[in-house]
Amino acid sequence: MNKHLLSIHDVSAEDVVRVLDTAESFREVGTRVIKKVPALRGRTVVNLFYENSTRTRISFELAAKRLSADVINFTTSGSSVSKGESLKDTALTLQAMGADAIVIRHSSSGSPLTLTKWVKGSVLNAGDGTHEHPTQALLDLYTMRERLGRLEELRVAIIGDVLHSRVARSLSFALVKMGAEVTLVGPPTLIPPDAPAWGVQVSYDIDSVLPKLDVCYMLRVQRERQRQQYFPSVREYARLFGLTCARVSTLPEGALIMHPGPMNRGVEIDSDVADLPNSVIEDQVTNGIAIRMALLYLLLGGTRTDDGEAA
Amino acid sequence: MPVIGARLMEESEIRRAVSRIAHEILERNKGAGGVALVGIAARGDDLARRLAAEIQRIEGAAVPVGVLDITFYRDDIGMRAEAPEVHETRIDFDITGRTVVLVDDVLFTGRTIRAALDALVDFGRPTAIQLAVLVDRGHRELPIRADFVGKNVPTRKDEQVRVALKELDGEDAVEVEEPVTASGGGG
Repeated sequence: MNKHLLSIHDVSAEDVVRVLDTAESFREVGTRVIKKVPALRGRTVVNLFYENSTRTRISFELAAKRLSADVINFTTSGSSVSKGESLKDTALTLQAMGADAIVIRHSSSGSPLTLTKWVKGSVLNAGDGTHEHPTQALLDLYTMRERLGRLEELRVAIIGDVLHSRVARSLSFALVKMGAEVTLVGPPTLIPPDAPAWGVQVSYDIDSVLPKLDVCYMLRVQRERQRQQYFPSVREYARLFGLTCARVSTLPEGALIMHPGPMNRGVEIDSDVADLPNSVIEDQVTNGIAIRMALLYLLLGGTRTDDGEAA
Repeated sequence: MPVIGARLMEESEIRRAVSRIAHEILERNKGAGGVALVGIAARGDDLARRLAAEIQRIEGAAVPVGVLDITFYRDDIGMRAEAPEVHETRIDFDITGRTVVLVDDVLFTGRTIRAALDALVDFGRPTAIQLAVLVDRGHRELPIRADFVGKNVPTRKDEQVRVALKELDGEDAVEVEEPVTASGGGG
């Protein structure tokens, strides 16, 4: 494993398997009466969240606590950031306080990489701008492997606002790395122009894709990141790309429905669809804790320094 | 592969040792009632299953068998270059109120057992915890002793004791090896 987790490109296919296998053991810890192990006792993990988040922050917090690490939650409101402190000064402060790992979410792509220049501990990217969200991709892989038994040659469609989705990027890279077949589906305005270079297929017609899938992965329409009009209306988007009950009936038997959350019920996914038995959206959340425990354990459980040398 | 040193136990000796330990567990606990076996991964779990089969043969009673991975409880996490590899833990029964016999292949420094004791109490409150090992090689660093021992083997501290079991290694044998590197060795 690398010292940091900034992008799926930092993780080899072999390491992906290692993370998923380690997460398997942590899933077991989550079923115990005492859901806590002393593996990272005495380590400090800082959650540095410059963007709103519920599940990712809580998931990282629970993961670190279940490993017995000390957790500090740092959000921009109510902190010195609201007084104008820069990322650098915040980083140096956390460094001076002895953070062993910093989990960062930021609206600017690349900020986790920048952070690695200022701190000695491991940096984990919890979502940066429209760049990547590697822990989400790994928990999605875990959920697919758990439910379907494999990743190789899985047929996965990632549907919706791919352009603004760091989840779609990380997940595409990870799935392609593990030998799955990925199709991106959305209106042409919301498909990144460089998508073919990711090793994925592109389609603008959801109805032709659905009958051939093992996994149907819906993305949220990220209105907060959209700086122009990408489609005429939400209603039209929902009609052309929303996962309705009628569309679900065209999915093959046993195909999974996934969504990284938070969902816009009635826009990209019908409310009834989100609650179907083959919708594994809640599994994704549960597995997220195990995956983040595995990552924190693998990144902090050794003494490897930046150069790959053992200290 | 490092140079293989002296053989300490042959297949037949391991079989007899397991059989004797099974008898001793039954004798000590006055039967199999309330007894559960928990093997420490890897190889302790295989030994635990063998002991359970032997107890079944002798007493006609089925004792529950669990697997315990002690990785998360080790006292040297963060002191090695890589985080130690994690194995499976599976204890499908409630250990509270039972006599748990911990089973491991080699008893050495006692640190693995210390970690296992910590791990076990996170699963419940056993009436008693006993310890069965195939080989006790001495050199304890903690005040821990085994209740049931297959064979006591005097070793040098830098030697390595290797236990091979059919389930994992294709053969049954205990061997002592000259040191090759500073790492490894049974706990």
